[in-house]
Amino acid sequence: MRALQQEHVVLRVIAKMLVPMILLFALYVQFHGDYGPGGGFQAGVIFASGIILYALVFGLSAARQVLPPPVVRRLAPLGVLLYAGVGVFSLLSDRAFLDYSAIDPEHPSHGQHLGILLVELGVGITVASVMLMLFYSFAGRGRR
Amino acid sequence: MSALAFDALNVFLLACLVVTGLAIARLRGLFAVAMLSGIYSLLSASVFVLLDAVDVAFTEAAVGAGMTTVLFLATFGLTRSREHAAPHQKRVPALLVAVACGGVLLVALSDMPPFGAADTPVQTDPITERYVETTHEEVGIPNMVTTLLASYRGFDTLGEVVVVFTAGIAVLMLLGRCSRERAEDES
Repeated sequence: MRALQQEHVVLRVIAKMLVPMILLFALYVQFHGDYGPGGGFQAGVIFASGIILYALVFGLSAARQVLPPPVVRRLAPLGVLLYAGVGVFSLLSDRAFLDYSAIDPEHPSHGQHLGILLVELGVGITVASVMLMLFYSFAGRGRR
Repeated sequence: MSALAFDALNVFLLACLVVTGLAIARLRGLFAVAMLSGIYSLLSASVFVLLDAVDVAFTEAAVGAGMTTVLFLATFGLTRSREHAAPHQKRVPALLVAVACGGVLLVALSDMPPFGAADTPVQTDPITERYVETTHEEVGIPNMVTTLLASYRGFDTLGEVVVVFTAGIAVLMLLGRCSRERAEDES
């Protein structure tokens, strides 16, 4: 990993071009999951792999500057809380847990759309940050 | 796609899976094994695409081919990347265990419905029709997989996210943070 940071110009240039595209594709998969294949889980993994590619080519410390481990550690529970929060919101509006129609009682299907979007966002945030957490803790131990 | 081409593609992909599996079992260099298991995941993703399970294929490609390979490689940075050959006296019991497991799987396979059967519980259960017919009115999202996972079975998916989160915490507790990072945090 260390040698890559000084040499391998081709790898560096190609990775630099690919990383933003991977991150953009992850966002596409995240927010287009209602219409095509994909959703929060896949989007989270793709997003994390974009950052991991960056870490493999430019070094772990560079990636840690982009997404510091303390931030990642706080993002992981945030996704779960966002998901469960939507459920608690529907409970507070006298509906069943995770009944998204509660978000917009006038237009139940609009509420469903919004609820699914929020819930998938929660899944994406948790999965991406847990994957990054795994990678940081595995790769970080190798450094002496 | 014609039925013959579909069958030929399936047989080809499954044969590739078997060859990859045998190569993984034979190889001792674990870097090559990690790459081959990525290829294995990609091949199974192609099988899922043929079976019209696009969402599953997507997950398999992203997690199996992408994430797992990277985690394997990161692990080889910590351990040795060459497998030691097992001593001879251990080989016979290992073979017996492998044959027994394979036999159990084959017996279980005879309980599976035939490939592409139309009268499986999944196809005939009334709940399938209920979902297919009413998602459009009730939720109105074109991708029914997303509707099912996030809305009808939202509780299940919440459980899955909690499992992922718990696994992340468990790894953090086991591997901990490296000392340098801790020093950086404190300074």
